[in-house]
Amino acid sequence: MRNPVYLLVALGIGCASAGARRTETANPAARPPASVSQAAAESASVDRAQYPSTYRRHPNPPVLIRNATVMTAAGQEIRNGSIVLQDGRIVAVGEKVDAPAGAVVVDGTGKYLTPGLIDDHSHLGVYAAPGTDAESDGNEATNPITAEVWAEHSFWPQDPQIPLAIAGGITTIQALPGSANLIGGRSAILKLIPARTVQEMKFPGARYGLKMACGENPKRVYGRRGGPSTRMGNMAGYRSAFSQAEAYRRKWDSWNKDKKGDPPERNLRLETLAEVLRGNIYVQNHCYRADEMAQMVDLAHEFGFKIRSFHHAVESYKIADLLAKEGTSVSVWADWWGFKEEAMDGIQQNAALNQQAGGRPLIHSDSPSGIQRLNQEAAKAMYAGQRAGIPITRDQALRWITVNPAWTLGLDSIVGTLEPGKMADVVVWSGDPFSVYTKAVQVYNEGWLVYDRNDPAHQPRTDFELGQVPAAGSDR
Amino acid sequence: MIAVLLAQTIAVTGGTVYPVSGPKIANATVLIRDGKIAAVGTSVVVPSDATRIDAAGKWVTPGLIDGGGQMGLVEIGAVAGTRDGSLATDSVAASFNVAEGLNPASVLIPVTRIEGITTALAAPAGHLISGQAVLIDLEGATIEQMLVKSPVGLVANLSEAAKDEAGGSRAGVSARLRRLFRDALEYERRKADFNRAQMQPLAAAAPDLEALLPVLHGRLPLIANAERRSDIETALRLAKEFQLKLILAGAAEGWEIAGEIAAAGVPVLVQPLDNIPSYDSLGVRYENAALLAKAGVKVVLLETDTHNARNLRQQAGNAVSYGMSWDQALRAVTLSPSEVFGVADRYGSLEPGKVANVVVWSGDPFEFTTEVDHVIIRGKEVPLRSRQTELFQRYKTLPPKY
Repeated sequence: MRNPVYLLVALGIGCASAGARRTETANPAARPPASVSQAAAESASVDRAQYPSTYRRHPNPPVLIRNATVMTAAGQEIRNGSIVLQDGRIVAVGEKVDAPAGAVVVDGTGKYLTPGLIDDHSHLGVYAAPGTDAESDGNEATNPITAEVWAEHSFWPQDPQIPLAIAGGITTIQALPGSANLIGGRSAILKLIPARTVQEMKFPGARYGLKMACGENPKRVYGRRGGPSTRMGNMAGYRSAFSQAEAYRRKWDSWNKDKKGDPPERNLRLETLAEVLRGNIYVQNHCYRADEMAQMVDLAHEFGFKIRSFHHAVESYKIADLLAKEGTSVSVWADWWGFKEEAMDGIQQNAALNQQAGGRPLIHSDSPSGIQRLNQEAAKAMYAGQRAGIPITRDQALRWITVNPAWTLGLDSIVGTLEPGKMADVVVWSGDPFSVYTKAVQVYNEGWLVYDRNDPAHQPRTDFELGQVPAAGSDR
Repeated sequence: MIAVLLAQTIAVTGGTVYPVSGPKIANATVLIRDGKIAAVGTSVVVPSDATRIDAAGKWVTPGLIDGGGQMGLVEIGAVAGTRDGSLATDSVAASFNVAEGLNPASVLIPVTRIEGITTALAAPAGHLISGQAVLIDLEGATIEQMLVKSPVGLVANLSEAAKDEAGGSRAGVSARLRRLFRDALEYERRKADFNRAQMQPLAAAAPDLEALLPVLHGRLPLIANAERRSDIETALRLAKEFQLKLILAGAAEGWEIAGEIAAAGVPVLVQPLDNIPSYDSLGVRYENAALLAKAGVKVVLLETDTHNARNLRQQAGNAVSYGMSWDQALRAVTLSPSEVFGVADRYGSLEPGKVANVVVWSGDPFEFTTEVDHVIIRGKEVPLRSRQTELFQRYKTLPPKY
């Protein structure tokens, strides 16, 4: 429900809460495919064969895009550059490339190329449009600890927000449970493509993540429902859950050694947490305030896991040195602030200050609208830094929406840059992607042309839209 | 305060001036005196006592006007104690004027104005009739000093959200509005009877009926939130029946009947970056603003996120990206809102006699590369400082110095 004259803000924006429609959660658990078998070996509970990815690469002819400005996100910006996509991989990038016979040739004159954009904080599919209670599936707000729920089991592939995000150049997302709970559940790492089932979208080999949330939201949701009702209560809640998980993990690890006798009883909640302790699931932690992030770092040290990324992290600039040292990325907005008390100190130089401190910032959306222009959000954050005297490069800013979120998901060796061997996730832009006037004109996802602004045959529409939502450029 | 009252003469020299009321002028001077624009052009004589702002290589425009949001009425979204934009008690809050809820000390005001937005609507929210919206300058120590015009319109709700106030049906919304309008006119005709308690109960309290009269006599616009095409058509129908001066707000599906809206002479307040479908707005799309403008509708662009009203620039840039001309977009954040809110004699363009709200930009105001170099509100340059710039200064090197 939108209201134009005033902002219907208040609770909604920014990962919110049980009551609010938006929530955030994060659960990145992706690793390079090579290590999947290893993961399976060390644990019985990751990548259960019964919940597979059925993703298959779409067969395509080779593609040569030539004479474009190629922004690699790997240090280079190549004028008059070309790229070759074949069998789902980038096979060549440079000023001169050899094109395979039969390649579709795309003239990139005046265009810019970037890696497919990656949003490590999305609620697409779990808080789907049209936004009724019927599709409100992002927060299992029935218990402050719900490590046992998986976002993929809520994800609706016919969410009409998906094609909109594809048209914005997004090729991979992390779909997260909301932030109502201290521990909200597992995330889903997805290729953003038209599909009938979420299984067809699951990024092959990607590990699950675990969404955790600090601060106001869990307090607000559970304050009158048995707690936690304070930040110290939040902290006690995580510690209690992980201390149970430690015992659970010991029990299973011991049984796994010789598999003698009856196996211990399975506990789905502790199973996920034990995988965090084993390092197989990455923690994605919604946390706004600097002091709380520092508390969460202590908590992670107590139980011996790493927090992969602090999400929203509007005050991360205050402890950018600590976070850089810890090796935790920060997933931030360009300029959101003020919608709640813990968001009051948001500043536009947040990403830039983290970069300056040697950290790993990235720009996330947490919004079905913002996900459509992550490039613009990165541009705002880059120029805000530059204006403040922080020399952010274009390549660094591009990394904020490509390889840095890929790292947060454990996929940076597979996607996130335009380099030979990487997956052929490529966006062709009408101009400089850091201009407000630029739009994605083509989006390739593992070589598949999933979107072409100039060709209705490559403008996917969900079932929801058929006969109900007018197609772009047409009346109804 | 004293500084505001002091006579000041400022000459912004050598910039490319976009008066909006006419074509751009290269290498021009904008002369500002006593809070007003005194002269604009290439042959303006700069008095010796003028403070000079060198705008060579810069762009000079009127201050931007955000035609939406709740500036001054909300401080922290989730903290009810800091919100003053909605009257919780009454579904017909026609007599509720938000002005005395404004907080001139709001930290949002400096955050917004240092990015070139100098004027904003402060609109009430919720219910069937939300109340009276006002227009404010983003400068001033008191409410009186901030106010540009109060009220500029009465906000009504014909979107899905209003159904709860009218029995759960869209038809109930329009029926209730008709009854209110008729009762207000009846109240006016029979005030003596009403005062002797010789009338049937009316559809709202007397102060609210009274507050509807300027709208029913065409002196105050009705700002109607409506998204679905059928709801927009209902708003147009009501406006015709009661001869209202209508402003449409939102109008997600307005593009579908752009010709009809243009023919009715009704302006539309649009947030360009809306395209998430709901059952209230399945046809919502980025091209809405452009298609309406193309059909001849007067379009005002909005950023409805009050905390990020500064992103009005990004909204306008995207409106251009999706089909508006750049000139149309600039007009839609300057002169068009001034016209729609009835202050075009004082605001919205760089013309002699108008209030001196002037911004000097390093380039295209809609482009991310552009920075704001100078902001002048009512003839006074405001410092480019906010709570956020202070936070940055404190933490730009770590550890901070407390």
